[in-house]
Amino acid sequence: MIRFIVQRLLQSVFVMLAVAFIAFGLFRYVGDPINNMVGQDTSLREREQLRKDLGLDDPFPIQFLRFVRNSSRGEFGISYRLRLPVRDLIAERLPATLELSFVSALMALGLGIPMGVYTAIHRKGVISQAFMATSLIGVSLPTFLIGILLILLFGVVLPWLPTFGRGEVVQLGSWSTGFLTVSGLKALILPSITLALFQMTLIMRLVRAEMLEVLRTDFIKFGRARGLPMGSIYYRHALKNTLIPVITVTGLQLGSIIAFAIITESVFQWPGMGLLFIQAITEADIPVMSAYLILIALIFVIINLAADLLYVYVDPRLRVDSAGSAT
Amino acid sequence: MKRITRAVATACALGILAATPALQAKTFKWAFQGDAQGLDPHGLNETFTLGMLGNVYEAMTRYNGKMQLQPSLAVSWDNPSPNTWNIKLRKGIKFHNGNSFNADDVIFSWKRTLTEGSDQKVRGSMIKSLEKKDDYTLVLTTPAPNPVLMQEMAFLYIMDKEWSEKHNATQAANVKDKNSSGYANLHENGTGPYTITERQPDVKTVFKRFNGYWGKTADNIDTIIFTPIKEAATRVAALISGQVDMVYPVPVQDWKRLENSAGVKPLTGPEARTIFLGMDQFRDELLHSTVKGKNPFKDQRVRAAFAHAINLQAIKEKVMRGASTPAGLMIAPQVNGFNPALNTPYRYDPKLSKKLLAEAGYPKGFGLTMDCPNNRYVNDEKICQAVTSMLAKVGIKVDLLAQPKSKYFGKVLAQNNYDTSFYLLGWTPGSMDAHNVYQNLLSCQNKEKKRGLFNLGNYCNARVDEITGLIGGETNPKKRQALIDEGFKIVQDEVGYLPLHQQPLSWGVSDKAQVVQRADNVFDFRSIIMK
Repeated sequence: MIRFIVQRLLQSVFVMLAVAFIAFGLFRYVGDPINNMVGQDTSLREREQLRKDLGLDDPFPIQFLRFVRNSSRGEFGISYRLRLPVRDLIAERLPATLELSFVSALMALGLGIPMGVYTAIHRKGVISQAFMATSLIGVSLPTFLIGILLILLFGVVLPWLPTFGRGEVVQLGSWSTGFLTVSGLKALILPSITLALFQMTLIMRLVRAEMLEVLRTDFIKFGRARGLPMGSIYYRHALKNTLIPVITVTGLQLGSIIAFAIITESVFQWPGMGLLFIQAITEADIPVMSAYLILIALIFVIINLAADLLYVYVDPRLRVDSAGSAT
Repeated sequence: MKRITRAVATACALGILAATPALQAKTFKWAFQGDAQGLDPHGLNETFTLGMLGNVYEAMTRYNGKMQLQPSLAVSWDNPSPNTWNIKLRKGIKFHNGNSFNADDVIFSWKRTLTEGSDQKVRGSMIKSLEKKDDYTLVLTTPAPNPVLMQEMAFLYIMDKEWSEKHNATQAANVKDKNSSGYANLHENGTGPYTITERQPDVKTVFKRFNGYWGKTADNIDTIIFTPIKEAATRVAALISGQVDMVYPVPVQDWKRLENSAGVKPLTGPEARTIFLGMDQFRDELLHSTVKGKNPFKDQRVRAAFAHAINLQAIKEKVMRGASTPAGLMIAPQVNGFNPALNTPYRYDPKLSKKLLAEAGYPKGFGLTMDCPNNRYVNDEKICQAVTSMLAKVGIKVDLLAQPKSKYFGKVLAQNNYDTSFYLLGWTPGSMDAHNVYQNLLSCQNKEKKRGLFNLGNYCNARVDEITGLIGGETNPKKRQALIDEGFKIVQDEVGYLPLHQQPLSWGVSDKAQVVQRADNVFDFRSIIMK
């Protein structure tokens, strides 16, 4: 077991280095940050001086090594655009993204699983067909379109919900939360629906497919023969067996929601890390971009590591194999 | 009976007076597509940052709603000899923290603009020395005669010396400084009519009225909340839903929507920004064209052919939805030095274009690459696409390379050796004076003399260069205007540039609010009135 964990940790370090290398290589092609950092009247000599001072005209290997050395110490430098430490910027924006991601994940799970079970049980029912059809809309419409439609419908035409922003937030130490205010909760509704729609469809169809398969197995037939109540059969016995792939997929999707809520955050002007990232790209703000990519790689690596460990823990067959190979 | 009636009447009157609500604290909310770079007034020389900070910090002079120069922290100034200015400062001004304003603060602020992290070094270096004669009198010398000095000073904001020293902010916020984030970047202490009580970069900035302000302003607002909203659709939706009272910029195609929606209206007008096309007239062979061995743009007939091929009316109607103002000069009417007699755009005449191209030796035209930004100016990419199709009609095959501004400027500017053959650019002279355009766009490229930095095609004419130097020092307005006119006429006759139009200002305002739209697209809080 220990060997397994150590192996995976080493692999994770390689993954991080590879991500850093690729990301850094791409930064040469994002455009010139210097022009965004100075006004139009700034002289050529000063621009070149700034370029030299920031080390932007050093050769690639030197810049990369400097970057790896600083990042491993947690020093991500100062944002070119905002002139603030990148670490503070990311720490400030993290709560917004995490809150949005968790609420969407909960929504996706909370609606997706019951809908999946229902459509598996009542395969040909009218409501099932309706669920399947509307879920198709969830996957086929692009995220920004859904976001803008929701804003128009519930923000402009029916002025029930705010059209942008996070509402009033309460500062608990270094974490700013929107859960404790009415405007914060209202502001959370539309963005999380937008973000959750795709995941919900995915989970619903996955649960449905798994359930359909499980419902055909022998032990379900025996349960029914025994006379167990249908509710108990579906939710206590069948559902548990469908959950392993669902957990794996949800774990990966959670990482992807956190990392790539960029479009939703842009449309709703949600002050999270995704919006920070897209603004950094527009302004060629390299310190923020590199810190963000490293952080996202770290999040994915951790989630995958946790998922793999959970897998070994849950599925006895994998445990036996690894024990066998160690001897 | 009469006594009772009178008593009742008085009671009613008193009752009505008591029921009338006291003057309510009004809150104004607005949004822009981005945010100010930071609160440091010397941090970035950029219109939006300087414009927003102009409500919190002030300078010796300022522009009013009609772009006329007014005294601000300086009450009067004179120019007894070409390089000397006497400036009298206003008395009785307090900074937001209660400190008094005097000449020491001006001298300190000037020195601060010359520190490493400052992006106002150009303005700072317009002053050679600044001496204090007494607490409210300064003697300023310039390295060379500069008739528009006080116009440039309108954006050199004055900070409080004691406050900056106390908070270790005597140097402008520097990107290279790994430890300091710059106190002045997150906190402010100016003399302006508003203070900043809350600042979250890229999220929200809250302004509160400063009750100790030295002047009288027309606005009736107590609190202003600013949020950046990056997506245009979200911004417009926020205005229509009433969540904000004013937004800009509004995409040109949304003007009709704002007109048709209840409670909001578009506020538009020509900006003091001229959009134009430039051509590489320097290299012996164009970097990106099908013509080998020579440079077609060196021939005036080719440049004139390009000019006559572009239909500015069509661009105005179809691309800009009627919102642009076709231009013949490289400066807008609001800029000092503008002469309406010279502002006739080149005539649209594609037949003449073909004839000129044939005469110049290109009867079948030629091909070249055009560089264009796609997120910097209003409808920039669409303008370039329209120009491409218009040139195709006279035989010029344009390969359009439209890129985001970070990449575009990274390619075409000096630090990349002006890697372009044909490009689109926009320019607002920071001093609202023609000399800025002469110096940056019309003079031959010259690194030592700091000229022609944005003259990407290196249009070079000896007399125009000479005029640049002359108008820089000429103080007689009539002589100066004559020189400016002469230079512009040379540029037009030689077809050095192809001016297109003034781009439109595009704001969206709630019917409850009244604001003044300045030609340099700056939003001055002093003019907001809410019903």
